Amino acid sequence: MNDRRGNWDKEDDLPVYLARPGTTAQTPRQKSWGMFASVEGAYENKTIDFDAYSVGKKGSRTPRSDSREVLDGDSFSETASDVSEVSGSVISSPGDREDKTPGVEIRYPTGKEFLQGQENGKSDRLLIKGGRIINDDQSFYADIYLEDGLIKQIGENLIVPGGVKTIEANGRMVLPGGIDVNTYLQKPYHGTTTVDDFYQGTMAALAGGTTMIIDHVVPEPGGSLLAAFEKWHEAADKKSCCDYSLHVDITQWHEGVKEELEILVQDKGITSFQVYMAYTEGFQMTDSQLYEAFTFLKGLGAVVQVHAENGDLIAQEQHKILSMGITGPEGHVLSRPEELESEAVFRAITIGNRINCPVYITKVMSKSAADIIAQARKKGAVAFGEPVTASLGTDGTHYWSKNWSKAAAFVTSPPLSPDPTTPDHLNSLLACGDLQVTGSAHCAYSTAQKAIGKDNFTLIPEGTNGIEERMSIVWDKAVAVGKMDENQFVAVTSTNAAKIFNLYPRKGRIAVGSDADIVIWDPDRIKTISAKTQNSALEYNIFEGMECRGAPLVVISQGKIVFEDGKLHVHQGMGRFIPRKPFPEYVYQRIKTRNKRMEMLGVSRGMYDGPVYDVPATPKYVTPSPSAKSSPTKNQSPPIRNLHQSNFSLSALSYSTSYIFPGEASRQLEGYNNTSKHYKHTAIIGAQIDDNIPRRSGHRIVNPPGGRSNITSLG
Amino acid sequence: MSYQGKKNIPRITSDRLIIKGGKIVNDDQSFYADIYIEDGIIKQIGENLIVPGGVKTIDAYGHLVIPGGIDVNTCLHMSYLGMTPADGFYHGTKAALAGGTTMIIDHVLPEPGTSLLVAYDQWRELADSKSCCDYSLHVDITRWHESLTEELEALIKDKGVNSFLVFMAYKDKYQCTDSQMYEIFGIIRDLGAIAQVHAENGDIIEEEQKRLLESGITGPEGHVLSRPEEVETEAVYRAITIAKQANCPLYVTKVMSKGAADIIAQAKRKGMVVYGEPISASLGTDGSHYWSKNWAKAAAFVTSPPLSQDTTTPDYLNSLLSCGDLQVTGSAHCTFSTAQKAVGKDNFTLIPEGTNGIEERMSIIWDRSVTTGKMDENEFVAVTSTNAAKIFNLYPRKGRIAVGSDADLVIWNPKETKIISAKTHNLAIEYNIFEGMECLGAPVVVMSQGKIILEDGKLHVTEGSGRFIPRKTFPDFVYKRIKARNRMADIRGVPRGLYDGPVHDVTTATKAVASTPSCRGSSCPGKAQMAPLRNLHQSGFTLSGNQMDDHIPRRTTQRIVAPPGGRSNITSLS
Repeated sequence: MNDRRGNWDKEDDLPVYLARPGTTAQTPRQKSWGMFASVEGAYENKTIDFDAYSVGKKGSRTPRSDSREVLDGDSFSETASDVSEVSGSVISSPGDREDKTPGVEIRYPTGKEFLQGQENGKSDRLLIKGGRIINDDQSFYADIYLEDGLIKQIGENLIVPGGVKTIEANGRMVLPGGIDVNTYLQKPYHGTTTVDDFYQGTMAALAGGTTMIIDHVVPEPGGSLLAAFEKWHEAADKKSCCDYSLHVDITQWHEGVKEELEILVQDKGITSFQVYMAYTEGFQMTDSQLYEAFTFLKGLGAVVQVHAENGDLIAQEQHKILSMGITGPEGHVLSRPEELESEAVFRAITIGNRINCPVYITKVMSKSAADIIAQARKKGAVAFGEPVTASLGTDGTHYWSKNWSKAAAFVTSPPLSPDPTTPDHLNSLLACGDLQVTGSAHCAYSTAQKAIGKDNFTLIPEGTNGIEERMSIVWDKAVAVGKMDENQFVAVTSTNAAKIFNLYPRKGRIAVGSDADIVIWDPDRIKTISAKTQNSALEYNIFEGMECRGAPLVVISQGKIVFEDGKLHVHQGMGRFIPRKPFPEYVYQRIKTRNKRMEMLGVSRGMYDGPVYDVPATPKYVTPSPSAKSSPTKNQSPPIRNLHQSNFSLSALSYSTSYIFPGEASRQLEGYNNTSKHYKHTAIIGAQIDDNIPRRSGHRIVNPPGGRSNITSLG
Repeated sequence: MSYQGKKNIPRITSDRLIIKGGKIVNDDQSFYADIYIEDGIIKQIGENLIVPGGVKTIDAYGHLVIPGGIDVNTCLHMSYLGMTPADGFYHGTKAALAGGTTMIIDHVLPEPGTSLLVAYDQWRELADSKSCCDYSLHVDITRWHESLTEELEALIKDKGVNSFLVFMAYKDKYQCTDSQMYEIFGIIRDLGAIAQVHAENGDIIEEEQKRLLESGITGPEGHVLSRPEEVETEAVYRAITIAKQANCPLYVTKVMSKGAADIIAQAKRKGMVVYGEPISASLGTDGSHYWSKNWAKAAAFVTSPPLSQDTTTPDYLNSLLSCGDLQVTGSAHCTFSTAQKAVGKDNFTLIPEGTNGIEERMSIIWDRSVTTGKMDENEFVAVTSTNAAKIFNLYPRKGRIAVGSDADLVIWNPKETKIISAKTHNLAIEYNIFEGMECLGAPVVVMSQGKIILEDGKLHVTEGSGRFIPRKTFPDFVYKRIKARNRMADIRGVPRGLYDGPVHDVTTATKAVASTPSCRGSSCPGKAQMAPLRNLHQSGFTLSGNQMDDHIPRRTTQRIVAPPGGRSNITSLS
């Protein structure tokens, strides 16, 4: 106890009585403050510890029933009074506990105070003591009590049942477990699948501090999405060691897909779908199809993910490069230059904007693509960008490696940028919020599998590793160098993903009621990434030899310690499928508001009554009427109430025939609430009325209902 | 001073002329000198010229003498639904001359699927008999197929056409896919021509049109609502990307919005050879009129890409023009009478597209850019004439006042004010989108081929006096850089040893591979012209040929071979 407090003193240069929330008004390390910040303790239960006011009093943190309220109606045992006797094992950093790098220790109850009869040792109850909780909005010191896979209490001097296993975090950071939003643990390629399946992959994920993955279901083009979903679901249920959810890739767009999508969203808990702008040989969609798909998915409240590369041009370039005799992996990057990625990103966002549909760009690999996303966001687009471990940690210079298998290991799409400044740039954008989430795009093919394309780079199966390295690389490249703070780190590795994919606050936050997916993070530990030590089944690692500061010490998934002391305690099928609901607030709130405001307005005019040129009876090119269009998507455009409005306005306008200033008769109609556009209504009055041919005979000035039309002069 | 010169001008035009006392403005410098013209060519420039006796003298004291304007974008015979524009070559070129433009480059628009050469001949014939000023032709590629390659070659080599327009809009009519554009750009680059692009995303437009019509919007405002600025910007970005891949110079016609102009400017900054052409309409007015209560007025503004609703657009485009981010100006003159526009009175997608601007172009730019101080008179000459001549390889015959150049000259009075109106313009249409606009700066005298066309406010044009000006390929202004890059852009592979590690067995995969294209074929009805998938062939070759036989015997022998060029290793990556 005293040891731990001593450590706090060292870290924060604060006396003990200032270092704890709930003890004084001063809250240490609170990132957000001010009256608009989220209120501290909105989620956490706090206790007041009067004893804490007496500095250094022994046993100040000993549970005492008269000093706090009973929380959550939990029954607790008075007899759990002394758990301070260390009976567990010291996990890391043995030696002097006054050391600057204190370890984390896990203490098991001695067993003598069991009044509630929970199973010895491996109970579902867990207390994390003395950690510094890092959420995306603030950091604070508090203890966490976990039970039944949920966070039950957060605060000081928690009242917990006796015999609870305790982890002494010793001031270490306690983060929400990472969420890896992009994995391919069962992607088929020419009859083979990735060597890291859900078991190997999630094991590696947990070892790296990631406690949830969202995997991509890749149906065969033309195949049933539902069938593919079931296949993935089944495989993952059997094998996954951590919680998971699924994206479904729409590999081909046709009418039948719509029904399946509805079922997936409404019954299966799948609310994110990826569409492809590349792979002419199978997955690619035309702009029209994208438009339709976006419209449909927006109606369902799903998150539209886009693999953004211009497939047409890639096919051309591949052909060109192969015909030049370049067959090695460098052809992959030569045929997929950065511009093709940024072009497609630009196009995807444009289409998204037209429909007012949020767009999520998977695998942001280049500076220019990231910049396009950042620019679009600055213009108000609801767009999200997901750089992946590979693009944040390394670059594409290795494609030119003399070692074929090394070069091939880096083959992924979009490819890593040969520009070595790319990782830095992407980390900066991640730090400033222009990019929001990180995935790994972990899709591991062994060298033998990669060698399918040894004579033709277009056949090399695409994908790199990164599921295990993701958190450490982001920490090393962004936090350790000072680009990003720890809170933003939590945001980009976990919280934002949870928000976008509607898992929040169940995942992505340490709060009472959230899932007990927790990582105790050691920012100082230096780990060297190597294929020899990794948990992936791959025989290589694209980050081979990279030294990363920052690594998880303890990983807790569903309230169980799954990783400690460098050892994994997992078994297949532990992971649960987490269904998700459509219309995530974080994504759709703005969209809904805009929907209301973005109705298009027609202008109500009188009938045009001038001469009409006689078009030859059978014109060769008639713009196809809407009914004749190939894709009868039902657009969910809102009913147009504005016609009504402008009619109203018109009648309210008094048209006077007596005066006009040229160009001055314009006015903005009231109730014209589209703020983004400036609609000018020019009422042209006067001379031109006489020019109306049918009316000329009578010389009467008529105000047709709804305005007047004029054909000859333009005033 | 500004008025006194006119009485000296002889009524009868002759082949010999001397212009005295004017300030000659080229794109690089201005200087005071006299110009002597003979046989339609500038023969001498300088002080105190020695000229034959009896030569007519034009007094240009106090005025500027500038090279005649070149209007790079007109559509004087672009038929739509069987209708031809109200202003044909005669009226169009007449108006051009009245506005100080002495040369036009018109767009040949063949019907999709028909021969480019036939359309070219048709345009030539018409223009030869009707045009009043020199002209040249762009050819639009309305539907691409392989066999057009020969026609392109013929047009370039024999017919003096060196610029071709491809469409990214007008789905199922003119629109090209990205693959087709890449192909066309490659051919055009090899032939040394200019790739022009009509940049709008036709797919999105079509969907938007559908949506708008369904929601009951049928008026001209639907035109601009269905073609928002972003759709133009996106297409410009894509066109530039494709052109960069093909290493082909790109020319974006009709830059109508800030976004599109910005993309072009950015691309130039990144080293792209790209040119942007704002037009009279986008430089002089904005798209707020689409919401006019007057259908005819609103319809008059219908053009593609549409005028931007952002009222600051004209100012912005003028600024970019001044700083060189945009280089040339056209008019995109394509005028349909109100009765013709009324074909689309119940459906905005049927309104024939096009605005006027051939006559107003020079005055609008002078008024908007030069009188406001954005641009100097030399830059004015550059953007209205010289740059166009350079890009389309007419320089220095056109676009410059120099000895040996064509005597296409304009004496410009920067102080004259003109009010644009349908009543006074030289066009056949009954409206003018710039109606009522006051422009400072107007031509006083216009000379084409050494003959005085406009003087004293009177036009003296002769139908059919315009000549076709053939253009050569590989304009230096455009292609010098492209050529250098072509030499630099050699891609080299990495010499490696043979990969001798294990290869995953993909026998079962043959089925999957084969199934892919077949289900693809039935799938996507929207896109008829899919690029052939050559890779599948190659993949078949690889699969059946090399690898399975290769690695199996090797694995058994367990030999480690050090191939020339380095060794490959499957287990470690260092």
